[in-house]
Amino acid sequence: MRKMLTIISNVLRGSASRNGAELVSEKCDLHKLEEGPPLQAVLTREEGLQYYRTMQTIRRMELKADQLYKQKIIRGFCHLYDGQEACAVGIETGINLSDHLITAYRAHGYTLTRGGTVREIMAELTGRRGGIAKGKGGSMHMYTKHFYGGNGIVGAQVPLGAGVALACKYLGNNEICVCLYGDGAANQGQIFETYNMASLWKLPCIFICENNKYGMGTSVERAAASTDYYKRGDFIPGLRLDGMDVLCVREATKFAAEHCRSGKGPILMELQTYRYHGHSMSDPGVSYRTREEIQEVRSKSDPISMLKDRMLSNNMASVEELKEIDVEVRKEIEDAAQFATTDPEPPLDDLCNHIFYNDPPMEVRGTNPWTKLKSVS
Amino acid sequence: MGIQWYLRHLPCFKLHSLVPYFFPNHISMFIMIKSCFVCFGYICTMVLPVFLDMYHINTTVFCVYVCIFVQYNDIAMLSSAVTVRDALNQALDEELERDERVFLLGEEVAQYDGAYKVSRGLWKKYGDKRIIDTPITEMGFAGIAVGAAMAGLRPICEFMTFNFSMQAIDQVINSAAKTYYMSAGLQPVPIVFRGPNGASAGVAAQHSQCFAAWYGHCPGLKVVSPWSAEDAKGLLKSAIRDDNPVVFLENELMYGVPFEMSEEAQSKDFLLPIGKAKIERQGNHVTLVSHSRMVSLCLDAAAVLAKEGIECEVINMRTIRPLDAEAIETSVMKTNHLITVEGGWPQFGVGAEILARIMEGPAFNFLDAPAVRVTGVDIPMPYAKILEDNSIPQIKDIIFSVKKTLNV
Repeated sequence: MRKMLTIISNVLRGSASRNGAELVSEKCDLHKLEEGPPLQAVLTREEGLQYYRTMQTIRRMELKADQLYKQKIIRGFCHLYDGQEACAVGIETGINLSDHLITAYRAHGYTLTRGGTVREIMAELTGRRGGIAKGKGGSMHMYTKHFYGGNGIVGAQVPLGAGVALACKYLGNNEICVCLYGDGAANQGQIFETYNMASLWKLPCIFICENNKYGMGTSVERAAASTDYYKRGDFIPGLRLDGMDVLCVREATKFAAEHCRSGKGPILMELQTYRYHGHSMSDPGVSYRTREEIQEVRSKSDPISMLKDRMLSNNMASVEELKEIDVEVRKEIEDAAQFATTDPEPPLDDLCNHIFYNDPPMEVRGTNPWTKLKSVS
Repeated sequence: MGIQWYLRHLPCFKLHSLVPYFFPNHISMFIMIKSCFVCFGYICTMVLPVFLDMYHINTTVFCVYVCIFVQYNDIAMLSSAVTVRDALNQALDEELERDERVFLLGEEVAQYDGAYKVSRGLWKKYGDKRIIDTPITEMGFAGIAVGAAMAGLRPICEFMTFNFSMQAIDQVINSAAKTYYMSAGLQPVPIVFRGPNGASAGVAAQHSQCFAAWYGHCPGLKVVSPWSAEDAKGLLKSAIRDDNPVVFLENELMYGVPFEMSEEAQSKDFLLPIGKAKIERQGNHVTLVSHSRMVSLCLDAAAVLAKEGIECEVINMRTIRPLDAEAIETSVMKTNHLITVEGGWPQFGVGAEILARIMEGPAFNFLDAPAVRVTGVDIPMPYAKILEDNSIPQIKDIIFSVKKTLNV
């Protein structure tokens, strides 16, 4: 009996949300724009489940990385993205895979949304040969097709992104480049140089500032004379929105992409978001902010919870379905972690490879004059 | 029926009285004729007798002049003198034409025809899309160039001088040079950074630094330093066709210097390999290794020393990184003496690297004296001419060092 009722209710629920739900977003703050993205958007069931799954995958992957780092299986730098999942997922759903994207060092989430697998990402973190960069890049240097990393130098990725946009315009392929940076990087001079050229040459570039309120240990009030990052582009139109709401991010990205593709030049988006972890694994993240603050965001604005509540209250999915996704995701992460800890490290033969592209093999000096190492392209 | 008759019957005979005002002597007249010869050969043949008569040159003297002329200038058009600037311009033009993805960006490269006129005529020919004037924002436009290279284009990023590249050096090293390695082969960066490097004339400390050692230090970069017009053209073409970041160090004082270029060097597919040095002058007594403008000084010093019976072997490095250590070693094993000559500062420099390699390699045992370096003086570049002249190697410094090394 109960089984039959469940089946019937599922069918009814399915038919109710077949066309998706119309959901209302908050209004964006606009700068030099007459109108912003639409306040209402349709979220279909499939989309909702997909966004949920991807965000949950990023979340669990980052938490697993935290674990592995504390076990000293991951070393060096590790900048975790948990709390900001809605940005990566929302942006990706607003563009195409054929578009381009570049970000800074908090890049694991984007590596995933841009086509990397959890296995490759985790194996890169643990420095194994199965890593997405064969273990040679590490946390901050992961690349996939049309994803240019993963960049360690704060702000340097912004001119690079504009350069990618220049190539898109040059080749006339109607593609755009999404160029991300944080609130800390937003004060970098080279970013303003880039705003100038991108605007002058009308490059199809979406500049996105992920404002997670802290540049390492410095709050935005202590770092920036103006914290209206969406206005800092001055002559570039900008919008500021809630980066914890995946739908909001999606609609804004679609709006921005349309702006760029229509040849109007660059546009700037500020996503207000939050990171649960410290700046990196060596930062506990509580010396410059209170645990209460972190807890408040977790309980009131967690992106995954927000999506989950929306879907449940609109009858787009059941609690069991979402739990099932959680279980699948957990398993995927476990498998990936298993791979990442058991895959062998890169062979020493690989040490000097990949210096040059399309070049004949050459010799590289080792640590002493008698050691000559081989290098192939 | 002599020249006078011919004169009277030429249509232009009335104008011939004006000629001495434009061409005060017969030498300048011959120079004019030489340039005319190429295009207006038949006119010259017609009017030549006029001028012979005008300057009262008898036939014998005329023939002597022609012989000297031909010997000096190879009027048959098999080769001609091309300045380094024009050679670079040719290389840029040919590569822009050959590959749609190649483009040039930098300050004043388009409408100004290039700060040093290296890109003269290119904007007129290729337009705004391929030749891009940038604002004065090196870090920004160098980064944009690198990003464009990552996304599939083949940019040539000009720094007005390499002194300004320091503003952008993070993009050159961290974004361009290291990326192919960090991505384990996923992301190549086919870019050329070019511009004048090193000392100029009277431009003082902030505009005179040599960056060969700085860029030569970094894996992932190729660093090229041409000397002659042939070097400039062949190496720039190779650099543009190379799929890796290349730092191309030109020299402002060399831009206007003409060099003979063979017919082969004038062809559209003339390439010189990056990483191979050239022996500009054979010799047995001492090896002089140099790059860029200093090669000229080495050759001049070698000419002076030859009169005293000292034969120098002059090696033009052509490439700083990868260094052609083998060429230098082979030469040292022959001459048993080594002197490096560079314009840059001594500490941790190009010469220091060469000497270290010789120490560590097979040529060490062939040295009859310690290998030494002739370098710029270890100071920021001063302005006053006498001070500037004494801040960089002069021919006498090379000669002095050779004699000290050879103990003569």
